[in-house]
Amino acid sequence: MHEITLLSGKGGTGKTTIAAALASVARDAVFCDADVDAADLHLILKPDILEEHRLESNWVAIIDDELCTHCSLCVEYCRFDAIHYKPSGGLEINPFDCEGCRLCERICPEQAIRSERNNNNFWYVSNSRFGTLVHAKMGAGEQNSGKLVTEVRKKTREIAQNTGAKFIITDGPPGIGCPVISALTGTHKVLMVIEPTKSGLHDAGRLIELAGNFNIDIFAVINKYDINDQVTGEIEKYLHENSIPLLVKIPFDTVMVEAMLQAKTIVEYQPYSNISKMIHQIWESIAETEYTEVEKVK
Amino acid sequence: MPVKIAIASGKGGTGKTTVAVNLFHFIRQFRTNHVLLVDCDVEEPNDLIFFPDATPVDEKDANQLIPEINTDKCTFCRRCVEYCEFNAIVVIPLVQFAEINPGLCHSCGACLVACRDEAITEKPYSIGKIRSHTIDGKAHLLVGSLKIGSAMQTLLIKTLKKQPVNEAEIILYDSPPGTSCPVVTTTADADYVILVTEPTPFGLNDLKLTVDLLRELGKSFGVIVNKAGLGNRDLYDYLDKENIEIIGEIPFNKAYASVYARGALLKQIPKEIEDLYQNIIIEIIEKTGHYA
Ligand code: SF4
Ligand code: SF4
Ligand code: SF4
Ligand code: SF4
Repeated sequence: MHEITLLSGKGGTGKTTIAAALASVARDAVFCDADVDAADLHLILKPDILEEHRLESNWVAIIDDELCTHCSLCVEYCRFDAIHYKPSGGLEINPFDCEGCRLCERICPEQAIRSERNNNNFWYVSNSRFGTLVHAKMGAGEQNSGKLVTEVRKKTREIAQNTGAKFIITDGPPGIGCPVISALTGTHKVLMVIEPTKSGLHDAGRLIELAGNFNIDIFAVINKYDINDQVTGEIEKYLHENSIPLLVKIPFDTVMVEAMLQAKTIVEYQPYSNISKMIHQIWESIAETEYTEVEKVK
Repeated sequence: MPVKIAIASGKGGTGKTTVAVNLFHFIRQFRTNHVLLVDCDVEEPNDLIFFPDATPVDEKDANQLIPEINTDKCTFCRRCVEYCEFNAIVVIPLVQFAEINPGLCHSCGACLVACRDEAITEKPYSIGKIRSHTIDGKAHLLVGSLKIGSAMQTLLIKTLKKQPVNEAEIILYDSPPGTSCPVVTTTADADYVILVTEPTPFGLNDLKLTVDLLRELGKSFGVIVNKAGLGNRDLYDYLDKENIEIIGEIPFNKAYASVYARGALLKQIPKEIEDLYQNIIIEIIEKTGHYA
C-alpha cells in the first residue's frame, strides 16, 4: 500500500479539484482529506457519514472569580499573554490565546484556575461513490490542526490495511507549517499542484525544500499553465533543476468550475476531454512507479 | 492609535494577497503615505513579490526559547515530565537520560518552574526571519518568514505583531488562509476584517467556516467577492441570508490573472479596478471611524 499526498504550498492552485479527479480514476484506493482547516473534498465526493469521532482538543484554562485574589502571579507566568484584567475588574483568560500549558493552574496559590477541553474537533469515516473517505471538521480557531491531520491519516491507513487497498490519496493542507509537517511524515509520494504565478513558484520552492528533509519522491503538475507562459517556463526550469518529474501541464478552463458546480469531478463531467485524459495520465504515472523508500534508506 | 484592518480568507488562492497589496497601494495613493502592510502569511509570505522597488531596512531572527536539561545537575525526578503538557520531555532515571524534543516543545516555561535542581536552562532557537522594507521612507512592509521545518507559525505572527509600527496611521494584516490558530492571532486586534472569497462551492464552504470563527471572535467584517462571474449565485444567497455586507466585487478576468502571475499587479491597473479600490477604501475607512 502506498500513500500519495497532494500539496501545493500556495492555496487555491486546484489541489482539491485534482485530488477529486484522481479519486474518480483510481482503483483500489482509500481517500483522506487532510486539509482539515478548510476541508472541501467532501463537497465533490458527497460522502455518507458512517462513523463520527471526536478528537480531544487542548486544555483551556478558566479562572474562578470567587477564589481569585488578584495576586497577578498567573499573568506573570503565562508566556502567551492570555491572562488579562477585565475592564470590569477581575481577571480573565482569552481562550484563543491560551496554549493549554496549565502552568497558571499549577502556580496559582488559591487554586482558582482549572482547565477544560472544548473538544470541538471531529473526524469521520464515510462512504463515497469512489470508495471510503476519512475527513474532519475542525472547531473554529482550534490549535491542533496538526494532531487532527495525524489522526485522519492514521485511520485512513488502518482502513487501507484492513481492506487490502493498494493506494491512499490524501488531499493535504496548504502552507509549510505544522499541519503540512504532519501530512508529510511517513507519506510515500507527493504530488505538487503548482500554478504559474510568482507566488506559486515561491511557495512551491519552500515546500520542495521542506519535503526534501523527509526524503519523499515528489511529482509535479502545473495547473492553469497558460495563465502565464513565462512563469510556467520558470517553473519547468526549476523542476528540471531539482529533478522533479513534471507529469502534465493542465490548461486554464472554466469547465473545471462548471464541473465543481455540479459536484462532479472533471472526469465525470467530461470523460473524454483533454483534461480528463491528463488526469488518467497523472494517475498512471504516479501509481505505476514504485516508491523508492528502500533505496533511500541505504 | 492606528486603524488595523486584517485581510483574510478561509480558502487559499481567492485573491487575499492581491487585495492586501492593492489596498496598500491605493491607500498610499488616495489617503496617506503612513501605511504599514504586515505579511502574516508566514508560511508562504508573498507580498514583497509585488514591490520590487522596496528597500530593505532591517532583518532579524525571531526566536523560540527551548529548554535544555543539564544531566550533571538533573536528579531524574521526572517533575518536569509531569508538568509538560506537550509530551516534549523524556526522562529515564534508570539510564540517567533526560532530554527535551524541540519539535514538540511549545516554550511554555512550565518545566523551568517544575525543576527544583536548576537543571533546566533555555536557549533561543530561530523560528524564522522578520524583515522590514520601506517604499519611500513612510510606507512600510513588514514580512515574517517561517523557517522551513518549524511548526511555530503562531509564535512568529505574535512576534511580528509586536514590532514597532513607526508612524503608521493604517495597518493592514495579510492573514494566512484557513480558520485555525494563526488566523485568530492575525485578526485578534483588528478593527475590521475583510474576507476575500470567490463564488464557487469551495469558496463558499470555506467562507462559512471563517464567518463562524469571526462571529465567535466578535469581529466586524465584510466580504470582497473576487473572480465574480466565475461560479454561481449560491454565495450571494448566503451573504444575503446572513446579512453580510459585500464591500466590493472584482470581476474575473484572465488577462488580469496573467498580470498577477508575473508579479506586476501594480503596473497598468485598469481604471475600473482603481475605482473599485477607491470605493472599498472609503467604505472601510467609514466603518472603522477613521476620517484622517
Ligand atoms: S494566580 Fe490565582 S489568585 Fe493569583 S491572580 Fe491568578 S488566578 Fe488569581
Ligand atoms: S494554561 Fe498556559 S497559556 Fe493558558 S492561560 Fe494558563 S499559563 Fe497561559
Ligand atoms: S517549555 Fe513547556 S513545552 Fe517546552 S519542554 Fe518545557 S514544559 Fe514542555
Ligand atoms: S525536574 Fe529537573 S531534576 Fe527533575 S527530571 Fe526534570 S530536569 Fe531533572
